[in-house]
Amino acid sequence: MNAIEVQHLTRRFGAFTAVNDVSFQVKAGEIFGFLGSNGAGKSTTIRMLCGLLRPTSGTAVVGGIDVMADPEGVKRRIGYMSQRFSLYETLTVDQNIAFFGGIYGLSRDGLAARRAFVLEMAGLRGRERVLTRALSGGWRQRLALGCAILHEPSIVFLDEPTGGVDPLSRRQFWRLIEDLAGSGVAVLVTTHYLDEAEHCHRIAIIQAGRLAAHGTVDELKATFASRPILEVRATDAVQAMRALDATAGVEKTSIFGTSVHAVLSSHETSAASIAGRLEAQGIRVISCGVVPPSLEDVFLDVAERSAA
Amino acid sequence: MTAFWKTIAVARKELRQIRRDRRTLLILLFVPAFFLLVYGYALNFDIRHVRLALQDNDHSAASRELVSAFVNSGYFDLVADAPSPTAIDRLIDRGDVRAVLVIPARFGSDVVAGRSTAVQFLVNGDNANTAATVVGYATGLISTVSTRYEVLARLTSPAGPVLSVEPRVWYNPELRSTLFLVPGLIAYIAMLTAVVSTALSIVREKEAGTMEQVRMSPIGAVPYVLGKTAPYFVVSLVSSMSIVVAAILLFDMPMRGSWVVLVGVVSLFLVGALAFGLLISSIADSQQVAFQVALLTSFLPTLMLSGFIFPISSMPAFLQVVTYVVPARYFLVALRGVVLKGVGPAVFWQDLVALAVFAVVILALASVRVRRQWA
Repeated sequence: MNAIEVQHLTRRFGAFTAVNDVSFQVKAGEIFGFLGSNGAGKSTTIRMLCGLLRPTSGTAVVGGIDVMADPEGVKRRIGYMSQRFSLYETLTVDQNIAFFGGIYGLSRDGLAARRAFVLEMAGLRGRERVLTRALSGGWRQRLALGCAILHEPSIVFLDEPTGGVDPLSRRQFWRLIEDLAGSGVAVLVTTHYLDEAEHCHRIAIIQAGRLAAHGTVDELKATFASRPILEVRATDAVQAMRALDATAGVEKTSIFGTSVHAVLSSHETSAASIAGRLEAQGIRVISCGVVPPSLEDVFLDVAERSAA
Repeated sequence: MTAFWKTIAVARKELRQIRRDRRTLLILLFVPAFFLLVYGYALNFDIRHVRLALQDNDHSAASRELVSAFVNSGYFDLVADAPSPTAIDRLIDRGDVRAVLVIPARFGSDVVAGRSTAVQFLVNGDNANTAATVVGYATGLISTVSTRYEVLARLTSPAGPVLSVEPRVWYNPELRSTLFLVPGLIAYIAMLTAVVSTALSIVREKEAGTMEQVRMSPIGAVPYVLGKTAPYFVVSLVSSMSIVVAAILLFDMPMRGSWVVLVGVVSLFLVGALAFGLLISSIADSQQVAFQVALLTSFLPTLMLSGFIFPISSMPAFLQVVTYVVPARYFLVALRGVVLKGVGPAVFWQDLVALAVFAVVILALASVRVRRQWA
């Protein structure tokens, strides 16, 4: 049985369709990444899966329970954490844990055991009596995750959990998520950071309410394999991009840091010939070679294709 | 049972937050006492020590007697002499005096002879209420003196009985108006703590996103709302009762009725007020909006339309109708009944029923809205 089973899920707000016929599955122990720009329908989908919002049509079964039929039952089985790390800032670490333990109906013994686990996991041992607002972003984030999994849910929803957190804390946080998945928890995570998406076992890209692409990271990249990507480093990246745009056999270009990625229409065009053509126009090419597509290439491609 | 423990968890959290937020706690507990002092002394409809100037064109025994009647009344302080009409203008324009007494020449001989005469009494009318009161005092004093001279003239005997008539002032003496105000203050402050603090505490959770987090957990709307409002009920009850105690200590307010009935009446009013705060929180999305809505729909009506300051019977007919939906109106009747008159629910049961109806209706509206938002 899948931890999350979504079939033709649709949600309309008046004339606006926020989520349009979305279907996917998430297995136990899987990290499922939900990518999409702001307003693409990620949060609306999560709110439906958590039982906060009724779908207009379609079904969502979470932890074996139909979200429409028993939202309360769904809430008992899931953990939810958002980018806002919604803790009570004027309460201490311990008081936050006690509160969330209380509203999840944990017993006294159960709470004591889970409290110890959360303090250990978040690295907050010795800081039990510190006010939450005095904690740094990374600690707060781990405490929020801890509070969301106090009741040992089998499914966890993370809505942009790493916003506003330093890179080191983000790394640590992803290790926690991987541990969580390793223990058999299904994790559905939304993110803006495409490098983070590489941690996900499977990815869905949602665009204007529709599921635009969906599969493992390698599968998504493979859809690009038919069209090689050329990474060009030149002294003047902008000039190089303009020249590449005007070159036959180049489908499209985008700037990646100091280099330019050019999607070629076929394998027949060689890197050397492109480099030669740039040099002929007086552009100094430092390096020019075929690179495997990054997730960002995939994301941009999907975005453009669904916009067209 | 689990719902009960979840309610307790929410209430404990809320109490901890209230305790942590020292400033708010201080406001909730001490501002009421502060208000009592300010309003108790400042919202006083009696006027004393009116600054008076005198133009005595007679300088007779009779004129001096009239002046001393003014000064001895305690309502007027003679602070200036106004020898000419320009002096009068200047004194009033500069606000040095509020009133001027002009005694005409031959005043003494006229009154002694029993001839009709008139004194001029000028009042600065920039504050109509004060002016009316001052005119009232002066009229009372002058008629007292006048009566005595009429009697004297009739008896034509200098040693005849002197009639002493106390001035009858239309307004309550100082003590009474404070007593009249205290119940209104309790209503006002209960509205402040109950409506505003409830509304703000819930809207604050909306703003912070903690509400969303809590909604993701298996806690129903009812345990959440009960847990959130119960602490504010306790705080509001404590601060309301502290006003009563402060009024007894500071203003010698009598407590003629039963304390049990008093707590019951205040509690009933608070339930309605908390429900109203809840209703506001379900409409407003920001603390600012919540505060403004609370101000417009609970503060001002409680202040203006409850009979707290302005008697309902002297309002225009339209406003009198509006006062029927202001719960403080009924609360004040019940409160004044218990505290000042010492009567029980048998006398004001209709007002209690009205308060109960208000509480039930608002609670129903609020729970419908909260439930709709919750899931």
